[in-house]
Amino acid sequence: MARKLPMYKAISEAIAQEMEKDENIFVMGEDIGAYGGIFGATSGLLEKFGPERVRDTPICESAFIGAALGAASKGMRPIVELMFIDFFGVAMDQIYNHIAKAHYMSGGQVKMPVVIMTAMGGGYSDAAQHSQCLYGLFAHVPGLKVVIPSNSYDAKGLMISAIRDDNPVMYFFHKGLMGLGWMPSPPEATVEVPEEPYTVPIGEAKVVREGSDVTIVGVAKMVYEALWAAEELEKEGISAEVIDLRSLVPLDKKTLLDSVKKTGRLVVVDEDYRSYGMSGEVIATVVENGISLEAPPVRVAYPDVPVPYSRVLERYVLPDKEKIINAVKSIM
Amino acid sequence: MEKIEEIPKETLLEIYRTMHKIRTYEETLAEWYYKGKTPRFDISAGPIPGELHLSSGQESAAVGVCMHLKPEDALIGTHRAHHFAIAKGVNLKKMTAEIFGKATGLSGGKGGHMHLFDASVNFSCSGIVGASFPQAVGVGIAAKLKGEDYVAVAVGGDGAANQGTFHEALNLAAVWKLPVIFVIEDNSWAISVPKEKSTAVSKNSERAAAYGIPGVSVDGMDVIAVYEVAKEAVERARRGEGPSLIEIKVYRLRGHFEGDPQHYRPKEDLELAKQKDPLLNFEKLLLEKGIATEEELNKIKEENIKEVQEAIDFAVNSPYPEPEEALKGVFAGGE
Ligand SMILES: Cc1ncc(C[n+]2csc(CCOP(=O)(O)OP(=O)(O)O)c2C)c(N)n1
Ligand SMILES: [Mg+2]
Repeated sequence: MARKLPMYKAISEAIAQEMEKDENIFVMGEDIGAYGGIFGATSGLLEKFGPERVRDTPICESAFIGAALGAASKGMRPIVELMFIDFFGVAMDQIYNHIAKAHYMSGGQVKMPVVIMTAMGGGYSDAAQHSQCLYGLFAHVPGLKVVIPSNSYDAKGLMISAIRDDNPVMYFFHKGLMGLGWMPSPPEATVEVPEEPYTVPIGEAKVVREGSDVTIVGVAKMVYEALWAAEELEKEGISAEVIDLRSLVPLDKKTLLDSVKKTGRLVVVDEDYRSYGMSGEVIATVVENGISLEAPPVRVAYPDVPVPYSRVLERYVLPDKEKIINAVKSIM
Repeated sequence: MEKIEEIPKETLLEIYRTMHKIRTYEETLAEWYYKGKTPRFDISAGPIPGELHLSSGQESAAVGVCMHLKPEDALIGTHRAHHFAIAKGVNLKKMTAEIFGKATGLSGGKGGHMHLFDASVNFSCSGIVGASFPQAVGVGIAAKLKGEDYVAVAVGGDGAANQGTFHEALNLAAVWKLPVIFVIEDNSWAISVPKEKSTAVSKNSERAAAYGIPGVSVDGMDVIAVYEVAKEAVERARRGEGPSLIEIKVYRLRGHFEGDPQHYRPKEDLELAKQKDPLLNFEKLLLEKGIATEEELNKIKEENIKEVQEAIDFAVNSPYPEPEEALKGVFAGGE
């Protein structure tokens, strides 16, 4: 049976169902117990599993994310929540020098089935240190899988895949898709979610709208901006295909290339910083594979500036439907 | 230690004025914050968007410490920093305009409530828990290298004292004998996590022993006690005798942030906070000891209400920044 669930409930349901089956799974993070996670992703878990398996930590990201490595080395399957991705700085060494590299450096002796779950995204004036996406940084580092759901169905399926994966997975959720009530969220992100456990494979993109003139690629909230743009463009006779990458690592090159081969035009929408990131990677992948485009590819990405606080400033820099429409028209 | 009788009346009234100003400011800001966010709370709506962490109940920490600071002394605060900003002398109008996201704000609307900068009084703060401590160490290095007598104050909550930066910075300031005062504002909570579940010692001041520096714990309900403890630490730093750690026990009168349902917090805890109100306590003391009359305090209150209202009016009536401003100012020396 499926019922409509907001993304935050889909995530906590996925964790709960896996925890019921596998007692090696436990959760650590700040305010993930009694509070249920600041964005609700662990709601109800403390009540179900108790404080041994659902551990509120002191504020010490380096210590508890590093601890995930130790626990994983002993066969546990830790899920840690980094409250906002913006806080990665205080824990990055444990993530990228250790968790990401342990399997490789140990010649395969050590497995790292760790899920690092984290909130990303802006649009509500939380400013420079609480609004970033930063998935590009983690996708850049070898050894980390990176997934980013855009709706509650994918959120549950990707979480279950992440937990079952023997590799470290960075699981990003966009605050503005969680369906929290106190934070605006497009209704489209709250979809039917089966009650039983299921997986959405890591590394599979999804064509969320078919079209023939241009391919628009994005993740998370930008998928909706792209879909809304596609609707408008349709009225003007432009047929846009929209791809939700869902995973950055591994990247589903086939879905991407097949689409661009068909449409011959590419717009990449990225809420992460423009330079050296996802948008560049997607375009490079297309170009490297010798696909000849009918027009140069375009990026609608977050410019290389910190996230400003004032609403008018943030709106100016955030990619949105209008900017996507303009980008598409510029290459038609 | 000085007794209250030995402190000049004008100093005591100054302490009262600033504490009351802070309370008035925070409670007024709260009213504005909820405009556009009722009946349904929407964090992105209203004249003050984003998060808002208010300091009501914690005024004594800011005022007790900042009374001893000069504009050249640096103060580095946290996500909850309005009280320290006001006590440090940050321009109230510009600060308010910043919180409203206006062009006339301290940073033209780019920083916001968690990122207030006023270089003219050496004030800054950050939304990253534990970020202040190492930065204050650097101010201490500058003072030493330049042969100046300014000091640096790093503020953190009880939660921040569990972050690695706290321990690294205390050690560094201690080995280099730097003029730094580490202030832990203990309000018993780090969002929903109570201190006793996160902290291995009952008092964070005990942690000073690990770094061979003085550590004092003081009751924030008594602003004069805070004032005296801070005086000693600041003077010690100015004399070149090195850093100190002060833990100030305060109570959080509001949620962690506005909109916090606080379902994790026992009712008695909130009641206790109300009983431990440092502002009411000080007001009572001033009257009971005959240091000030009700009329004198009322006059101060009226002046504060007026000043806060003027700051709000300034913010509300100021223009928003030009959108293109968003792209400017990443680097010094040009666009
Ligand atoms: C590095 C980092 N981790 C986590 C957070 C999220 N966070 C913001 S405030 C806070 C609690 C801080 O508690 P405390 O230091 O006691 O200060 P208080 O809020 O009580 O004033 C947390 C966990 C953050 N901003 N930065
Ligand atoms: Mg606290």
